[in-house]
Amino acid sequence: MAESGDLFRRIRGRDGFTTVALDLFSTTANPSPCSYSGSAKRLRIGDAIPAAVVAEEDRHDLVDSLSEEILFLILDRLESDPLDKKSFSLVCRSFYAAESRHRRALTPLLSDLLPAALARYPLASRLDLSLCPRITDAALASVRGALRSSLRSIDLSRSTGFSQAGIGNLAVNCAALVEINLSNATDLSDAAAAAIGRSRNLERLWLARCKMVTDMGIGCIAVGCQKLRLLCLKWCLGISDLGVGLVAVKCKRLRTLDLSFMPITKKCLPAVLQLPHLEDLALVGCLSIDDEGLISLKQECKSLQVLDMSNCQHVSHAAFSSVLNKAPGLRQMTLAYNCLVTHSLASSLQKLSKLRCIRLDGSEVTTSGLGTIANSCKSLRELSLSKCSGVTDEGLSSIVMKHKGLVKLDVTCCRNITDFSLASITSSCNSLTSLRMESCTLVSKEGLRLIGQHCHLLEELDLTDNDLDDEGLRAISGCQKLCILKIGICLKIRDEGLIHVAKSCSKLQEIDLYRSIGITDTGVMAIARGFPLLQTINLAYCTGITDDSLRSLSKCSNLYTLEIRGCPQVSSLGLAAISVGCQKLTNLDIKKCYHVNDAGILFLACFSQNLRQINLSYCSVTDVGLLALASVSCLQNMTILHLGRLTPSGLAAALLACGGLTKVKLHSSFKPLVPKPLLKHIEARGCVFQWRDKPFQVELEPSEVWKQHSQEMHVE
Amino acid sequence: MDFKLRRPLEASSNASSSMMSEISRNLKPGLPFIPCDSTNICYGARQEQSFSEFPPPQVTQCHGLYAREQKTETKNQLEPSSAVNDLVMDWNPRLMLSNLSFLEQKIHQVQDIVRSIISQEGRANELAAQQQLVTADLTYIIIQLISTAGTLLPNIKNALLSATPPVAQTGVVANLPVNASQKHHEVLSVELAKASEYDELIKDLNSGGEGDELIKCLNNSVAEVSESIPIEDHDIKDYDDGMDGENLPPGSYEVLQLEKEEILAPHTHFCLICGKGFKRDANLRMHMRGHGDEYKTAAALAKPSKEASSEPAIIRRYSCPFVGCKRNKEHKKFQPLKTILCVKNHYKRSHCDKSYTCSRCKTKKFSVIADLKTHEKHCGRDKWICSCGTTFSRKDKLFGHVALFQGHTPAIPMDDAKVSGMSDHVQVGETTNGMVANMGYNFSGNASDDAQSLDIKDVDDGQGYFSPMNFDACNFGGLDEFPRSAYDVSESPFSFLSTGTCSFIPRNGEN
Repeated sequence: MAESGDLFRRIRGRDGFTTVALDLFSTTANPSPCSYSGSAKRLRIGDAIPAAVVAEEDRHDLVDSLSEEILFLILDRLESDPLDKKSFSLVCRSFYAAESRHRRALTPLLSDLLPAALARYPLASRLDLSLCPRITDAALASVRGALRSSLRSIDLSRSTGFSQAGIGNLAVNCAALVEINLSNATDLSDAAAAAIGRSRNLERLWLARCKMVTDMGIGCIAVGCQKLRLLCLKWCLGISDLGVGLVAVKCKRLRTLDLSFMPITKKCLPAVLQLPHLEDLALVGCLSIDDEGLISLKQECKSLQVLDMSNCQHVSHAAFSSVLNKAPGLRQMTLAYNCLVTHSLASSLQKLSKLRCIRLDGSEVTTSGLGTIANSCKSLRELSLSKCSGVTDEGLSSIVMKHKGLVKLDVTCCRNITDFSLASITSSCNSLTSLRMESCTLVSKEGLRLIGQHCHLLEELDLTDNDLDDEGLRAISGCQKLCILKIGICLKIRDEGLIHVAKSCSKLQEIDLYRSIGITDTGVMAIARGFPLLQTINLAYCTGITDDSLRSLSKCSNLYTLEIRGCPQVSSLGLAAISVGCQKLTNLDIKKCYHVNDAGILFLACFSQNLRQINLSYCSVTDVGLLALASVSCLQNMTILHLGRLTPSGLAAALLACGGLTKVKLHSSFKPLVPKPLLKHIEARGCVFQWRDKPFQVELEPSEVWKQHSQEMHVE
Repeated sequence: MDFKLRRPLEASSNASSSMMSEISRNLKPGLPFIPCDSTNICYGARQEQSFSEFPPPQVTQCHGLYAREQKTETKNQLEPSSAVNDLVMDWNPRLMLSNLSFLEQKIHQVQDIVRSIISQEGRANELAAQQQLVTADLTYIIIQLISTAGTLLPNIKNALLSATPPVAQTGVVANLPVNASQKHHEVLSVELAKASEYDELIKDLNSGGEGDELIKCLNNSVAEVSESIPIEDHDIKDYDDGMDGENLPPGSYEVLQLEKEEILAPHTHFCLICGKGFKRDANLRMHMRGHGDEYKTAAALAKPSKEASSEPAIIRRYSCPFVGCKRNKEHKKFQPLKTILCVKNHYKRSHCDKSYTCSRCKTKKFSVIADLKTHEKHCGRDKWICSCGTTFSRKDKLFGHVALFQGHTPAIPMDDAKVSGMSDHVQVGETTNGMVANMGYNFSGNASDDAQSLDIKDVDDGQGYFSPMNFDACNFGGLDEFPRSAYDVSESPFSFLSTGTCSFIPRNGEN
């Protein structure tokens, strides 16, 4: 049993899992099943591991004697991290078998893994193929064969390569299918839709961007799949009123219907509104719907809770009012990028007693309109006014004073609001959990301090491009529940401020320090120490940081997104440290890190096996490094511009070797140099090439200059 | 003619401001001596349309409405006589007297106007207007005079007719003002001004048509007619339809029966000089010009007006020469045909071989060439197929069908094989469904007549029979003149009931 011992040692490094495993040992001595379900007593790592190692034989027996039921109960608790289950299955044969039978959801990282995954998990019911760019009919046939009776859900939204017949057979043969996502299958025809229509039990179906499906195809689906609860027909340009009307007549159980960007007119709306259970309706960007159609609507849709009518450019506020009057049970309303939000529109909200969430992004609002919203609504929880023009202190204050229960507030780019608004927000809305106020340039640093002083429940805070300083950050350190903090382009912040935040906000998972030029290694070190759960960090153009920062960040084992674009002091050494320390790393941007060379990439290729997306532009990487990256089997997305020492043949070899690529950005100068058949071959594997012709630009623009430029652009 | 003469009188009493145009329209064919103005000719043509088989000359809907501006002044004077006028169908001297005295007043008015014209000479604008006014008033007076005189006629005639005529007369009379008002309304709707005012007037008219005095002498069938005419529907066809059908009591019209050879003859108009045949009288008249200058005069070229115009018009109806046909006069439930064109189309459709085959689908056959042409317009273009095998020329019809029937799906052309495999099975059920539905309609409308209508199903062309409108709307949809109206007009979700069943059941028969 040397092998299993070896495996066990590998598990031991993982704190979370070890705790659970030891928990298991501690209770086997006294096997009462109920003790697993409650918060069982847990031994500390320190006392248990030696015991386990010493009594290796005993442990083996103990592990084997565990019933599958118990193992399932344990597995139920391992949902948080996918790697935990992997480790669990490596313990021994019975654990492996139990995990195979327990797992229901499969997300293969590569198309090639699909057969093995299907063989291992015969009871899987949910198959997410969104990471497999190419799924052939043969693959679908194997899915059909392996999961014929158990498959309930399949996601093919990112996959190509299957034919009408393939999906048709799947739909017909897997009788238990409840959910199919076929979005982006732009060549899906009516015949395939008709085949889908034969899976009678279907409840959720996504057909976004299936532009070839016409009324005939959706008609077949409507007649066949009468149990549908969710249907997404976004961007289905071939489907007209007739098809939608038939869906509304036949699929009476529909709860959620997405008709965004479809060429539908008023003709199908009466039938849609008569759906007895319709709760969520999206009519975004339906340009053929006009005032006349909406005003003449007679049907009332009492069940409707969520309505999204953003971007309906031919609809005026009068028509919106009439629609709102038809939906008395509305809870959430999105009217983004539409028209003037006036007093009359706002006053129609008066009847919507259940309205909790209003999103008016990108609209033109008036002070009186906001005042009426404040008076009409009962108690708002969520309000989004991002990019609205005409938001004034008076209007915003009238709302926040009235709706003290506000939980989420988005005033991004409301450039007219001042400290006055912020004072009323912070004084009345103490229960805010999310506040986004990017680019509220009139708010002073004193005003920003109020946020930290009053809103202690904040979980998400976006202060990008504001006048934030270290004092403000010190105040923010009062928000101990903070998970997401975005303070990019706040040029005044220094290490001291970050140290304050790092001391108290231990739950932080995401921090954005884009162009925070005052930050040095000291600040990043504080971050790495203070935020053990950190997942995402953006240090782009923080020119002050060096390899030391990366070394300290390598302690954050949960890190999966790292952006250090334009940090010229970073070298391969730092990258190597990150590679070794942060093995979950998924997205990496090292553009313009001029000193990163093949050595760093070799480490990356060796340790960061979860890497999916990388930007290598302007680095000192050569053919060797690129080819080494091919060993990262999950790699999907590469941006390779201006790699001076890259040769066409090296690029060709690397492209050929990376089997899972879905998107590659290349400089257009390479296009004639790479053999066409090779490009075609790679495209046939499901990869898309984007040829860019950006000029070569080595020198970094100082952030002050950059900000100046961007502000000038805004003024223009 | 007597009905027509009395109609305007009644109308005038009710719709004071609109009477001028109505009178001129309704009365014109019978009154060749009225001073001609373009409007009147216009309406004369319009009137003729319903009686003639000729296509109407282009109707300029322009005017005849000038009367409404000037008649308001006489409104007060008119109102007292309105109640009396309802009694007009039974002649009484009092009414005559009141009419005459009214005419006297009217003449005085005209006198006044003419005097004022004399006194203020030189102003061209006003003069023209006043001349028009005088012309209109005089026209009106003449019409009134004649119609007053006309009230004497029916009494004479009543005595001559059989026992039922009073019913027949009242039926027609009750019916006509409504239709007249509809026509008038149609004209008005072109000029949107004062629309609401006119709607009110029309309501008055309708209620007048069904007034107490009338109702006492109306029988059920008459009431049905007047009620079933939709007032909002300005379609001129309704007027024609109302005249036709089973509700016209036997004896109230003259029945003509053409021989088979006559019906099938290619030409009906022959040149007396060279013997050449023509389908249309107008073509003959154009032809006649070649025979000499005497045929080029306006009178010779003009459309021959009804020669019976000065005499009371006899309503002519036609019988089909095919014995046993419901359209044959020997039939127990005889339903006459209205025009010669109806006779021709009916005879060809029902009793002749279908000799015209569609060149596209090679399966559909027709006996009337116009039917073939209509079919060819749609044949082969975008066949929309249901899983039951039924085909539709329009997608919305298919979707209406699919929406209604459980389990039917639109058929995708690609899996033709599967569809044809299924279709045989389903089609049977579908056909029977259709039959049942149709019979259902039939029974509901015409319960006493079910066996009868089952009989004629084979004989008749099916158009009227299968249309659900058939009995609900007093056979309006079943008229032979408008056999295809049901195919194109209706837009409602259930419209395919009429069109669909009409179109596919005969086809199933052929399959």
